[in-house]
Amino acid sequence: MKRLLVFAAIFVLFLLANRFLPQWIDSYYLHLTILSCINIILAVSLNLINGFTGQFSLGHAGFMAVGGYTSAAFTYYLGQKLTSALGFLPIMLTKNLIFLSALFSGGLSAAILGLLVGIPSLRLRGDYLAIVTLGMGEIVRVLILNIDAIGGARGFSGIPAYTNVFWVISLTALTIAVVTSLVNSSHGRAFLSVREDEIAAEAMGINTTYYKVTAFVIGAFFAGMAGCLFGHYLQLLHTNSFTFVKSFEIIIMIIVGGLGSISGSIIAAILLTFLPELLRYLGPIKDWRMVIYSLALILIMLTRPQGLFGSREPNWRRFWPFRKPSPSI
Amino acid sequence: MQEFLQQLVNGISWGAIYALIALGYTMVYGVLQLINFAHGDVFMLGAFFGYFFSRWTKIAQEPTLFGFFATLLFAMVACALVGMIIERAAYKPLRLRPRLTVLITAIGVSLLLENGGQLIFGADPKFFPSLVAETKLYESPTLVISNLPMIILAVSLVLMILLRFIVMNTKIGKAMRAVAFNREAASLMGVNTNNVISFTFALGSALAGAGGILVALTYPKIDPLMGLLPGLKAFVAAVLGGIGNIPGAVLGGMILGVSETMVAGYISSTFRDAIAFALLVVILLVKPTGLLGSRVGEKV
Amino acid sequence: MPATSNQPLLQADVCSINFGGLKAVDCFNLKMYPGELVGLIGPNGAGKTTVFNLITGVYKPTGGEIRFESKLLKGKKPYQITACAIARTFQNIRLFGNLSVEDNVKIARHLHYQTSLFGSIWKGKAYLREEDHQHQKISELLGIFGLSPVAKEKAASLPYGQQRRLEIARALATEPKLLLLDEPAAGANPQETRELMDLIRWIKDKFNLTILLIEHDMQVVMGICERILVLDYGVTIAEGPPEKIRKDPKVIEAYLGEEPV
Repeated sequence: MKRLLVFAAIFVLFLLANRFLPQWIDSYYLHLTILSCINIILAVSLNLINGFTGQFSLGHAGFMAVGGYTSAAFTYYLGQKLTSALGFLPIMLTKNLIFLSALFSGGLSAAILGLLVGIPSLRLRGDYLAIVTLGMGEIVRVLILNIDAIGGARGFSGIPAYTNVFWVISLTALTIAVVTSLVNSSHGRAFLSVREDEIAAEAMGINTTYYKVTAFVIGAFFAGMAGCLFGHYLQLLHTNSFTFVKSFEIIIMIIVGGLGSISGSIIAAILLTFLPELLRYLGPIKDWRMVIYSLALILIMLTRPQGLFGSREPNWRRFWPFRKPSPSI
Repeated sequence: MQEFLQQLVNGISWGAIYALIALGYTMVYGVLQLINFAHGDVFMLGAFFGYFFSRWTKIAQEPTLFGFFATLLFAMVACALVGMIIERAAYKPLRLRPRLTVLITAIGVSLLLENGGQLIFGADPKFFPSLVAETKLYESPTLVISNLPMIILAVSLVLMILLRFIVMNTKIGKAMRAVAFNREAASLMGVNTNNVISFTFALGSALAGAGGILVALTYPKIDPLMGLLPGLKAFVAAVLGGIGNIPGAVLGGMILGVSETMVAGYISSTFRDAIAFALLVVILLVKPTGLLGSRVGEKV
Repeated sequence: MPATSNQPLLQADVCSINFGGLKAVDCFNLKMYPGELVGLIGPNGAGKTTVFNLITGVYKPTGGEIRFESKLLKGKKPYQITACAIARTFQNIRLFGNLSVEDNVKIARHLHYQTSLFGSIWKGKAYLREEDHQHQKISELLGIFGLSPVAKEKAASLPYGQQRRLEIARALATEPKLLLLDEPAAGANPQETRELMDLIRWIKDKFNLTILLIEHDMQVVMGICERILVLDYGVTIAEGPPEKIRKDPKVIEAYLGEEPV
């Protein structure tokens, strides 16, 4: 009961943010905030696969693409019909119901792809899995390029602008909450055991196959929703946004934040969304932007490869005044 | 039939290029278990080194066979040096780190070479001088075979034979094979693993550089991002043949080059790039160790 | 403790496994009755750990079959074997090094957690109750093995002896009926070895275990095993009580130059 009250309060808070944030924050920074949130969803979901379960997935952009295009096709082709069918409902409600369904369709389609990718992952060792996921991302991209109904080489334009502050913050919060809760549970420990030592994990009774595939499916689901948010924000989707460069960008985020640290992924996602944009303002240096970026990456790998927080979550609880004492052995 | 031969010739010359690049991937993977993502960009550097060298030495103005070989040699040596520098600076310090760390570093180096290239050379494509005059060896209404694919094949073949000789018949080649088999044991036997690894990088990079020159002969438009796709595809070729297996890299390269060209020619050119990845997925599902590779299981 | 049932708990019949051309284990036969403590010895490379791997499903036998509680173990994956109540430790300790001691044991309780994936995310009353319940069991186990003071430490930071004990604690956490111990006394000094022998006898009684033990330390083997099997080059060359094995010329020869025990 208490929990439901808290959720209701948060819901109202997000609605208020949706109403007032665009007025308080400069539109350019709002734009960056929205992009950061989408990147947070991508980073946290990828961290579940790579950081917590130890699987080398280099094709996350593929999941995002599938989610984005599926949801865009949903709203573009079915939006009108659904709106008229639900004409008896207030327009705000209809709009958001449609978008909710679109989000689900995006997440679900990406999750199915996650299943298809997760299954070969059973047999493949680290590097090989990395290559397969990389290849998957590229195959998805090429396939999309060849489907004219969703834009093909010209891109998919005319996507309705359903993404707003409310949806972005809600989904970001949801992703963080779900992944954090999952990771701190018996199933979460199972993911970790797969990362640490698969053979020992199996000996402990853990079905490593199931957990590897589950990690892919859940990670893909959230990435798909991020794709949906992305598409309905820019109102345009093009496969150029989903190349392996995009996958690498997300990988870099979770490395910098620390594999296996959710707060690290959040901070790194925000940092790595804002930083390249801000570097644009450095005048003539801006051409060196990407060079600085790559040099920085190499330097981080050489000096602090565990990223910000390594694989341990810092103890945020010590800042919370209302905590229960944790049980001691 | 004529068209088939045309495609075949194209396919084989691309196959040779992929093989040259794939050899570098496979050798480095063999000794370090590292997928050197930056390798494709060394291929790009080869083309650019050749471009600047031939213009600077005026070879571009008066192309001769000697000039061509000089350019080729220069590009190969320059790339070998670049490869060794990258290894020393970026990969060697991370020898004992988990594989993902080095993988990310390799991605960083790749991005550095590409973006640095765009900054230094300019992002706009350059036109590689025609170092070898193109002559038609055989001409008919439906089939044209020029000398360029033949040169690509000949040079590639010579380089591959040279490589085989080095790997099989020299002391350093034996050391390479030892390090690839078991690095620790090799160093206990007195092999200077650091030197062997540097040498491996040098060899692989030189081959990639040669590939760059050969491609630039036929497709003279060069730009700093030209190494991305061929690099990725050559990697697929290496995996196809069995990563770490040298003949496998050649076999994989050939299969990829020919099938890619055939699909582009007979089915659809938009699917050309996807063929590499489709082949990749198939081989990893059916025989992950590659056509000629062998699996070493983990001891429980 | 003498065997109390006439149905073998574990039965391996003419089990063999080939690797390439090498017969790692050839026609291995074993019957174990509930409550027995059987030793498996032999020179290095004799195939002892391979036998463990066959029983626990890590390898598939190329010949023969293994039954547990009269049910065939054919084609089962390792996690399914553990679910059948067979647990093992590893020769080269395979702890989850980066995780805490407590977490290592918690993970081993996996099969006894009932909460679904969604339940773990929602963390309702049922989940919290289960966490409490498992927590109690885990504290108990850690207490038995003297690991309570280091419960929150990273497993890799423990001294070797404690790591070995954690390996055994972990295996016990799965609530097995049959426990396979792979060289638990490796690297232990005489004092630790004595404590280990007491520990093994004690847990066998307290948890009603049947134990198959691989060991090189003859003091342990002769001291606690009721029955011993000797492997050499994959072949069983002797079987019987300690006194008989001690004097068997084939066994002495296999160990070539080792002091006859």
